[in-house]
Order: sequence, then structure tokens, then C-alpha cells
Amino acid sequence: MAKKVDFDTPALSEYLQIPVLQEGSMAHSSPFVAKPDHQEALNFPGELVENWHDQAIAKMEDLSKTSRSFSLFLDICVHCGSCTDKCHYFLGTADPKNMPVARQELLRSVYRRYFTFAGKYFPNLVGAKDLTRETLDEWHSYFHQCSECRRCSVFCPYGIDTAEITMAARDILDAVGYGQKYDNEILGKVLKIGNNLGLPGPALKATLEDLEEDLEDDTDLPIRMPLNEKGADVLLITPSADFFAEPHIDGLLGYAKVFHQAGISWTMSDYASEGANFGMFIGNYPTMKKVAERIRTAALELGVKRVIVGECGHAWRVAYSFWNTLAGTGHGAAADDKYAQMLQKQLDPRYPAPQHIIEFTYDLLQRNALKIDKSANDHRTVTFHDSCNVARGTGMGGIERGQFILPREVIKAVVNNYVEMDSSTMFEETYCCGGGGGLLTDDLMELRVKGAMPRMNALKKVFDDEGVDTLAAICAICKSQFSKVLPFYDMPMDMITSVHQLVGDALVFENND
Amino acid sequence: MLTGLFAILFYVATVILVVGVAKRIAAYWRTPAPLKIPTMPAPRTQGGMLYRMGREVVLFESLFRSNKWIWIFGWVFHMALFLVLLRHGRYFQESPWFLTEIVQPFGKYGGIAMVAGLGGLWARRFLVERIRYISTPSDHLMLLLLIGIGMSGVMMTFVAHTDIVALKHFMTGLMVFDWKPLPADPVLIAHLSLVIILMVVFPISKLMHAPGIFFSPTRNQIDDSREKRHIAPWAAEMEK
Repeated sequence: MAKKVDFDTPALSEYLQIPVLQEGSMAHSSPFVAKPDHQEALNFPGELVENWHDQAIAKMEDLSKTSRSFSLFLDICVHCGSCTDKCHYFLGTADPKNMPVARQELLRSVYRRYFTFAGKYFPNLVGAKDLTRETLDEWHSYFHQCSECRRCSVFCPYGIDTAEITMAARDILDAVGYGQKYDNEILGKVLKIGNNLGLPGPALKATLEDLEEDLEDDTDLPIRMPLNEKGADVLLITPSADFFAEPHIDGLLGYAKVFHQAGISWTMSDYASEGANFGMFIGNYPTMKKVAERIRTAALELGVKRVIVGECGHAWRVAYSFWNTLAGTGHGAAADDKYAQMLQKQLDPRYPAPQHIIEFTYDLLQRNALKIDKSANDHRTVTFHDSCNVARGTGMGGIERGQFILPREVIKAVVNNYVEMDSSTMFEETYCCGGGGGLLTDDLMELRVKGAMPRMNALKKVFDDEGVDTLAAICAICKSQFSKVLPFYDMPMDMITSVHQLVGDALVFENND
Repeated sequence: MLTGLFAILFYVATVILVVGVAKRIAAYWRTPAPLKIPTMPAPRTQGGMLYRMGREVVLFESLFRSNKWIWIFGWVFHMALFLVLLRHGRYFQESPWFLTEIVQPFGKYGGIAMVAGLGGLWARRFLVERIRYISTPSDHLMLLLLIGIGMSGVMMTFVAHTDIVALKHFMTGLMVFDWKPLPADPVLIAHLSLVIILMVVFPISKLMHAPGIFFSPTRNQIDDSREKRHIAPWAAEMEK
């Protein structure tokens, strides 16, 4: 049962304040522990193993050999303090262990003790600590107070990325049988059923048919929501939230309208009916690979020429930055790389693989291939939230900063009233919504509300001063998180909107058949 | 006696420094970065990456963007240290090369700037609550050590000159295993002792940030993940 914690929503202010430290203020925040069947479905021990100490150290040894960022980032931090005021969870909770460097230190202190000369012989001098049972509890708590948003890495003079440390810590916890319920349960579902919701193929088909009817009622056109159609040009991989959640679903309708007007054949897949890949959140390469390979398999079976990814932040990071590595879903494999060549020979080299739905729509807009009536969105004043994973983990359009340019260009092409939030909270310095990185669960509600404060602060300003009533985003987690936390900050939950809802609303269909 | 002791200490410290740093670098070199994780937006070409890394190493760009106080103290300290090190070249070369010559006049004041920068960084460890919280004893000792080196150096430049000609003979002699007497000047002995400590702790401390930054995947990777397949050898094994 969820711990019922009473908490105060942080106050908003004209300028973001750096809080006075409140030690231990979030020590009570820890997500539910994964149950044995959640763990075992991912080949992790069901519960905390007896020799957890040695297992954890062995896992750290393993990480130091397989991933350079692990020991490098743990070695080279100089405690300069540059990152200390950059984390939204620190700003919202004032807990010093939510300062990125202090969060890293929870793992670094143990790494030092067991893997470095100074820590072995002079532990007190360098802040090295033995690994104890309490350490694991502290890890479970504070490494689930990081959304892996990478904001700290922008400001670190060595590019130390706390997301990498958080992923490593979660990987260690999973390896000793102390995983997080929300993430691991969902990963079990995607691997078994094909999506995070556990929505089986027939149910998905029925849902899509209902949506087709809605579209027909709305437009008088037979706009399709195809599933498992072999020979389609495009395979669309989208977060499963797009199939049922608000405002996500209106984004999905928007994609369908765009595909319809562009006259490009497309399909979804019930085997790979999920863009999300929580394997990234738990930092486990084999799991992330398994989830990514489902998309590769679907693309091969359906014989598609292109793979397009819907509005989902971390999914786009995995797709853009990792799919080529994990599953050969991309271009440029070596000639002797049989595994990757298999799919890469099939994909059309004229298009980037994978491609983001924003890139796809942007391209159509550039070619005047879409009929747009911007005034359809005149009742809205729109601002855009840069999602952390898109901003700091991906690109778009094959140009530097494309991930900021393209979504804005798409919005401005379909909307007349567009307002930008304070630039120190946007672009690569954007604040996470507060629910990313595998923390979008009700047992972390206090953390989510408090962590949203910096974004809410900037939003409230344009909400009050510029009459912004629509917050557009291209991330399923951001959309769910905002609709939950906006009311805490006295803003309406339904102001959060999919970018492709704006596009869909502005599309003009001339019914001439 | 003094000469022999310091000669041996210098040899030992040099070996520890060179071998220690080389071993760490070899480990970073050998360990793959299994995934593409440049902090975006990232350059799309090798040249762009070198330019980004150059700005990071020379200008401390990310730090500048983050916090102007840490930046000004940190940057002044590092640049002054660089000047001072260049200027020290004259104690190791029979006839100094042109860069060492050029920096002589203002390199002198580098020592003062270096101590000032270090002083600012140390003050922040006491005055700023967040940085006080994250500081370990070794963070303080490291600053103390560097300030000690800087102050003793400045002393010899501006207050009590040491027998610099004899020192130069000692140093150049060391390099060809021909020991010349080391002047028994207490300030000089303190200066050299602290430098020896610095050399020894370098490979086992956070000072490894200096070579380490060049290996940082968030800064040295290129944004080309869709155009080129990047895969670690151990990960490629999983596909066989």
C-alpha cells in the first residue's frame, strides 16, 4: 500500500531560489520494491540475495570493465560544486543528497573504498565508505530521486553525467535482487505482451478500430489506424500511452491524419506496440537490447522501408542514440556486420533511421505537402516544453540543435499564438517534468510534485503574464506527469497537449472522393 | 645527503606519476563506452568535437555557463598554473626554448594569480553551504597542498631568492643522472617536498580529471548515432 505522506507543494516565485539545505528531507521517499516475479522475468534474483555484499561489489567490478563512464566519472569529479544547484529534485526538495554530486557520492564512496588505493588505505580522508545493508536502502531511495535527465551533465566541466551513475546504481540493485517495482513490472509486460500496458493484440486492434470510427465521425474520411500490415512503407513505433491516455491519444490521431494526407502507407505492430524502453531507466544493457530487438523483429517481419517514432522522450533517446547499437536499427553498419546488415539492407537509405514523427511532419510542411489552417488553433496560446531526453539525448533533422528547432517550427506552422518560456529553463538547460527516468508512479507522488517546481515556475510566469493556456510536449511521460501535477500549482490539468494534436486540429481535409 | 635524498625522491615520484597516470589512462582507453551518450546538442563532425573539447579544456565553457564564481577562480588558477609550469621550463633546459622565454616576465606574477585563484576556491568550500556539504578532508588538503606550493614559490620569486643557478644545475643534473648539490634553502626544500607529494598523489586522486576529461564520452563523442553503427566488442559478442 502506498505510504500516505502529507507534503506541501513548493511555492513558486519570480526568480528560482536556491534552497537552504534540509538534510534528510526526502530520506523517506523510496519506491515500492519489485516483487519476485517482476525480478525473475528480467533474469534478476527474485529478492535480496544472501551474499548481496559480494554480489554488489562483483557487479561494480563488472561495470568498471564494460562501461568507461562508470569508473571515469567516479574517478574524476573534483567536487567543484558546479552541478549543486542544477537538479530539479534538489531545487524542489532542498535535500542535499539530491545535489547531483552528492547523489553520485552515494556510489562513489563505495567505489573508492573497494576499488581505489586512497579509499582502501585512507577511507576517512577521501570519504570512502563500506557497503552496508543501509547503503542499499539509501541507494534505493536516492537513485530513485533522479530522473536521468542529464541537466547536470550540461554544466559539469568534465561532462560527468549523473544519469550514468544512477543507471549503474539501479543495475547493481537489480543484480542483488533489490529492484524497483514500477520499472521492472512494466518491463515484464513489454517483453511478454508487447507493450507497457499489457494490452494484448486483439484489444489493441479493437481500440484502433474505435479510433478509426472517431476519425471518420470527425472528418468524414476513412482515415486508417493500420495494424500488422505487411508491405507498408512505414512502421510507427509509439508509446502505448498513445493508445489510451489523455492527451496522448489526440496526438496519435494527429499522426494518423498526417499519414493520411501525405498518402504514405504505414502500420503499427502488435508485437512491438511500444516505443518506451524502460531498460534504459534501469541501466541494464541486455534488457534494453531485448526490448529494442522487438522493434527490429517487427520491422523485418513487416518488410517496412522506414521506422518512425511517435512522441516519447526517452523512447526517442533510445531510438536515436541506441537503436543502431542495440539492434542495428539505423544506417552505416560495417560490411561484415551480418546482424545489422540484415535490417539496414531493407531500410530506405534516403530517410534517417529511425525518424521522429516531428521530423516526418516537418519535412512534409517544408514541401507544402500538408494543407494547414492555422486559425483552427486561434483559441489557444501555446508554449512548448523541451523534454529532457529529447533535448539532451537526441537530435533531429540531421542538424545541430535540430531537436529544438524542428518541434518549434512544426508548432509555429500550425499555431498563430506561440510564446517561449524563460530561456534559462529551456533548450539544453530545460528542466525535467519531474516524472521521467522511471519515476512516473504514484508511490513517488511527493517527489514528482516537488521535482516539477522549476518547470512550473517558468510555466506559471507565461500562464499569468502572457495568457498561455496550452502546454505542448512531445513526451508521453511529460504529458502524464503534467496532467497530474499541474493542479498542485493551480493550473488546469488539461492544458497539456500533444504537438500532433495541434497539427491534427489545423489540418484541412477537402473531401473530394 | 640532502642532494641524494631529493634526487632519489624525485626519481621515485616521477616513476609513480608516469606509471600511475599511464595505467589509469590505459584503463580508460581499453574500457569501451558501450552506448552513444554525448551531451546534446553535440557536434556532428570530428573537427567539431575537437573544437568543443578545446573550448572545454582551455575556456572551461561548461563551468562558465554554470557558475561565474567557480569559473573565475578555477580558470585563473589553472591558466596561472599553466604559465608557471611553462616558466619553470627554464630550470630543466640548458637554453630555454622560446615559449619559456616569452612567459618569463609575466610568468612571475602567475604564481600570485595561482594562489589567489586557489584562495577563492578554498573560501567557497567554507562559505557556500552546498559546497561545504560536498567537501571531503582530501578536498581541503589538496587545496592546501597547492597553495603551499604556490606560496613557497612566490616567496622565492619575490621575497627571499634562492640560489637559482645551483638549483638549475641540480635539476639538469638529475635528468642525466649526474647529481649536483641541491641548495639547502628551507623555502626551496619545502617547495620541492610539496611538489613531490603532489606528483605521488596525482594518479590516485581527483587530479586525474586533467587527463580524464579527454576520455569523457559525453564530451568526446560525435552526434552520428543514426549514420554509423557504434558497438562495444563485448556487446557485439551478444549477437553471435
